[in-house]
Amino acid sequence: MSQIHVSTTVNGDAVEFLCEPDETLLDALRDRLGLTGTKEGCGTGDCGACSVTVDGRLVCSCLVLGAEANGASVDTIEGLGQGDALHPLQRKFLEHAALQCGVCTPGFLVAAKSLLDRNPDPTETEVRYWLAGNLCRCTGYDKIVRAVIDAAADMRSQAAQS
Amino acid sequence: MQYAAPQTVEAAIDLLTSHEGAHVLAGGTDLLVQLRSDRVAPEVIVDIKRIDGMKSIRDDSGGFRIGAAVSAAEITEHAGLGAAWPGLVEAAGLIGSTQVQGRATIVGNLCNASPAADTTPALIAAGARIVISGPTGTREIPAEEMTTGPGRTTLAKGELVEAVRLPTRAARSGDAYLRFIPRTEMDIAVVGAGVSLSFDDAGMCQAARVALGAVAPKAVLVADAAAALIGTAIDDAALEQLAQACAAACNPIDDKRGTIEFRTQVAGVLAKRAAVAAKERAFAAQK
Amino acid sequence: MALDDKHGVQTRDFKIVGTRPVRPDGLEKVTGKARFGADMALPGMLIGMILRSPHAHAHIRSIDASKALALPGVKAVVTATDFQDPGDGLRDILENCMAGEKALYDGHAVAAVAAINRSVAKRALALIDVDYEALPHVTDVDAAMRPGAPALHEDAADESVPDGWSKNVVRRYEFGHGDVDAGFAAADEVVERSFRTEAAHQGYIEPHACVASFGGDGQADLWCCTQGQYMVRATCAGIMGIEVAQLRVTASEIGGGFGGKTTVFIEPVALALSRKAGKPVKIVMSREEVFRATGPTSSSSIDVKVGMTKDGRITAGSAELRYQGGAWPGSPVEFGAMSSFAAYDLENVKTVGWDVVTNRPKQAAYRAPGAPMAAFAVESCVDELCKTLGLDPLDVRLKNASRDGSKASYGPTFDKIGLTATLATAKTHPHLSAPLGPNQGRGVACGFWFNFGGDTCVSMNIGSDGTVSVIEGNPDIGGSRAAMSQMAAEELGIPFEKVRTVIADTSSLGYNEVTDGSRVTFAVGLATIKAARDAIEKMCARAAALWGIPAEAVVWEDGCAKPAGPNAGEHEPMTLAEIAAVASETGGPIAGHYEVNADGAGVSFATHVCDVEVDPETGATKVLRYTVFQDAGKAVHPAYVEGQFQGGAVQGIGWALNEEYIYGEDGRLQNPGFLDYRIPVASDLPMIDAVIVEVPNPGHPYGVRGVGETSIVPPLAAVANAVSAACGVRMTELPMSPPKLLKAMSQKTA
Repeated sequence: MSQIHVSTTVNGDAVEFLCEPDETLLDALRDRLGLTGTKEGCGTGDCGACSVTVDGRLVCSCLVLGAEANGASVDTIEGLGQGDALHPLQRKFLEHAALQCGVCTPGFLVAAKSLLDRNPDPTETEVRYWLAGNLCRCTGYDKIVRAVIDAAADMRSQAAQS
Repeated sequence: MQYAAPQTVEAAIDLLTSHEGAHVLAGGTDLLVQLRSDRVAPEVIVDIKRIDGMKSIRDDSGGFRIGAAVSAAEITEHAGLGAAWPGLVEAAGLIGSTQVQGRATIVGNLCNASPAADTTPALIAAGARIVISGPTGTREIPAEEMTTGPGRTTLAKGELVEAVRLPTRAARSGDAYLRFIPRTEMDIAVVGAGVSLSFDDAGMCQAARVALGAVAPKAVLVADAAAALIGTAIDDAALEQLAQACAAACNPIDDKRGTIEFRTQVAGVLAKRAAVAAKERAFAAQK
Repeated sequence: MALDDKHGVQTRDFKIVGTRPVRPDGLEKVTGKARFGADMALPGMLIGMILRSPHAHAHIRSIDASKALALPGVKAVVTATDFQDPGDGLRDILENCMAGEKALYDGHAVAAVAAINRSVAKRALALIDVDYEALPHVTDVDAAMRPGAPALHEDAADESVPDGWSKNVVRRYEFGHGDVDAGFAAADEVVERSFRTEAAHQGYIEPHACVASFGGDGQADLWCCTQGQYMVRATCAGIMGIEVAQLRVTASEIGGGFGGKTTVFIEPVALALSRKAGKPVKIVMSREEVFRATGPTSSSSIDVKVGMTKDGRITAGSAELRYQGGAWPGSPVEFGAMSSFAAYDLENVKTVGWDVVTNRPKQAAYRAPGAPMAAFAVESCVDELCKTLGLDPLDVRLKNASRDGSKASYGPTFDKIGLTATLATAKTHPHLSAPLGPNQGRGVACGFWFNFGGDTCVSMNIGSDGTVSVIEGNPDIGGSRAAMSQMAAEELGIPFEKVRTVIADTSSLGYNEVTDGSRVTFAVGLATIKAARDAIEKMCARAAALWGIPAEAVVWEDGCAKPAGPNAGEHEPMTLAEIAAVASETGGPIAGHYEVNADGAGVSFATHVCDVEVDPETGATKVLRYTVFQDAGKAVHPAYVEGQFQGGAVQGIGWALNEEYIYGEDGRLQNPGFLDYRIPVASDLPMIDAVIVEVPNPGHPYGVRGVGETSIVPPLAAVANAVSAACGVRMTELPMSPPKLLKAMSQKTA
């Protein structure tokens, strides 16, 4: 198999990599670009640990070919905060103890941000259904849902002030 | 294996024709899982997302033309589709997770030919037509003729689906799709039921289409079930007839997801609930 | 401040213990920087992959790897012949990692390959020829016990097993006291039921992963996700035939374990490949491998009999428990038999446990191993008796509950315990009086877990700037580093932020038992407090030397050394930072240590209340409301205590409703993925209310009890009891999946 040259944007930076034709975006991010914050929990789109956005659309990176990222804009957990400043979701996850082992956390954060980008004031039910594709086995989801709702409130009040 | 992203339908057909074991890639949510588990090993993957029109939803003489690579998320976000075909839209919103809906397409759902595909009964109930292009030109078939059994379609070598066409919606019409899964999300349908209804001025059902998923080797259009509703106001007696017709149409299997008995019993329950929802929408839309 | 004596819990006003600081590893985990098992890479690293048996039971006649080895890029292949017999204690573990003469379950490893990348390794696996002779198999526990069942081993049973059973029955256990026959005779109502539960998997989101590097000098390094790096070291060193000091194991951040990472699966294989190839080797399991070839918990078949008087006194209880633990002895049936009636103070009780082998993967611990299924059976029977006799289920439990001084059904006498406190708290909680609608029902159930202590070692280094490093040896699976930092800061009298707790590799700290048995916050916490006291003693001595007074004349208060009284002379108190700054002049670096085999863990009890609604037309069960009441002794970090309550409850809900291992006629696992092994998703659940009850544990200086496991024990019965209340059907088989429940409801109507 000859490798494919891919030019893409990851977390705002132009990057290039070579990948196999059947290599997933998840593997390319982790193995070619060293962005190991995106996790593999299942490899079949059933757990959400590999959540990223491609051109603003939330996807499982295990179900995207690396080759498909050519010309696209990919955002991962590594791009969620800005420098030292955490995103409100990251802050609220810490404050609410919304993680135990933390391996699902990057996927939840990326997915939750995608929700709040579209719906700044989601109900508990909306949060639960949006995040149904992100499995967490530690928390029972309680504190995650609370953290997302609280982060949304925080972001709304910040937006109102600015 | 190679990866190709042609710009035109003709180029895609060329690739599909000239390679043994070429596979179309749209959303990839089935294909990538099959690749990983070695269930398929195509010589070439033909990514159709860069072909003009594949990613768009267009007006089609009062109906809609949905490109083959339009994702479920794009369908659920489309206001016009949601108003005209809420049942199909809710089916699209049930495929996998939010993440999966960001990629999965209703055409892929159809072409993967799983008997349990969520959008297929909804498409059949809606009377959707499938636009297929191939080396010998373009043809159009009703959605119910697309699959022939688990994993099998009527697509010939070199053919690919370009789009789905949804007809113009009559007044006082509504559709609904319901499925049963053990959890609230993330499961394959154990039973699915799509119902599309149109009513006359007097509130009597004048047209009905009922389709069931996961109860037979392929999604089935149940004519007897529709007949049970036509000419009625979807009253309890009609709903009971509907449930019986649906149970009679079931030819399911026992597997890890459900039993024959369960599927047969629940098919009628879901069809009744979907019919009630479709009726409510038909009259809500009128207001 | 008085240092604790063995049975005197300090009553004190805590400053830091009981607060909710942000965990020290939090930032790395919300930014993607934390390194889990699969996130490690070494220069020149090969990728290892494992070939697995497609048969549930088969002789391995031969393995021919010559074609695989001829493939360019393949650097090594290993099979069972590459390992020496490690002796009795480790033989089963090795055989589970790499099949010997027989493949004993679908997914059993038979060979492994190391290659330059994944695609070459994958192709190489397909080129390994294994000649199997398929054998009859058995995966059901009751079928496996019958004489004439296909036998996995010829002589795995010990002397506890009487004649008349198949060779798959390998251990028998019995517990109890009194005369159960007399007890049943004294009852007004006796209920006798049989229950079955299917195997559940821990379902940690991180698949097993490791990187092994075996040097030519006999030294080896291993990076892996595990609940116990010292266990990995001991096991792998034994299997590889090297001394423990030559193997350094570093635990990565761990993406969940719940007991499933308390043994090894891929680590010895990676080491063997690395030794053979002379390069580092990384193995990462796929999710399918995790389901097929790691350690789910046992499936079970349980008969229970309970007698009760009209006024709700339990006169006797008996249970016979049969657990299959996969292909080798070791199911947790002993714990099941011990814990069945632990929540009840009974005069007459008897339990018998049978350990059975089947053609399934070797079970591993799963959160309170063995207890949830036993509690499901017993608590269902108690619930049925309450209904039959028209008694309130909480009142009946309060009447019969184990309390301080009760003789436990498994032998010992309970010290200070919190069961009645959880029941009393539940009774007054608003959940109990909330109205229910049609098709809705409420269930209650209690649960028990032993809790463990064990070998523990902690070091504490006082930095010259007054900061403190706590070095512990237990992987942090849910916030324990925060708890250790809190206890250290509390004891030292310094701010939480001045302490950083890290987890040592096996070469940097003495032996520590695995993160299991809910032991870490208890035992490592105890050792942390004692290590702090060791450091305090040294700091007091340094201050005493500076002041020219005896060390006994110095006390430690509010983070300072102070003269003990007027006779000690006038000296300005010295802070920890001030003492640390001049440590070099007063004798060198200051460190505290503590090593202990901790006992006094203090048993744990919980009461759960669950509301459900059952769809009468589909058999779907929705959990509407759920409240956990559990004794934490003392909650060090209440948010993480709540998290343990909530997580355990939800795992139990999954086990009750939808999770199950499904085997086909061919003995192969049909649902090795998260699509059809259905763990609860966010939209399945309500908020899980967590009510912390605190009855201090006399065995810990701050009164801490382990909290991690008990929370999974009551939910199976709490959900089943709620379902029974909602639809009038008593489900005796788990999971209560919709097809089963709908069928049961239809049969009741008919």
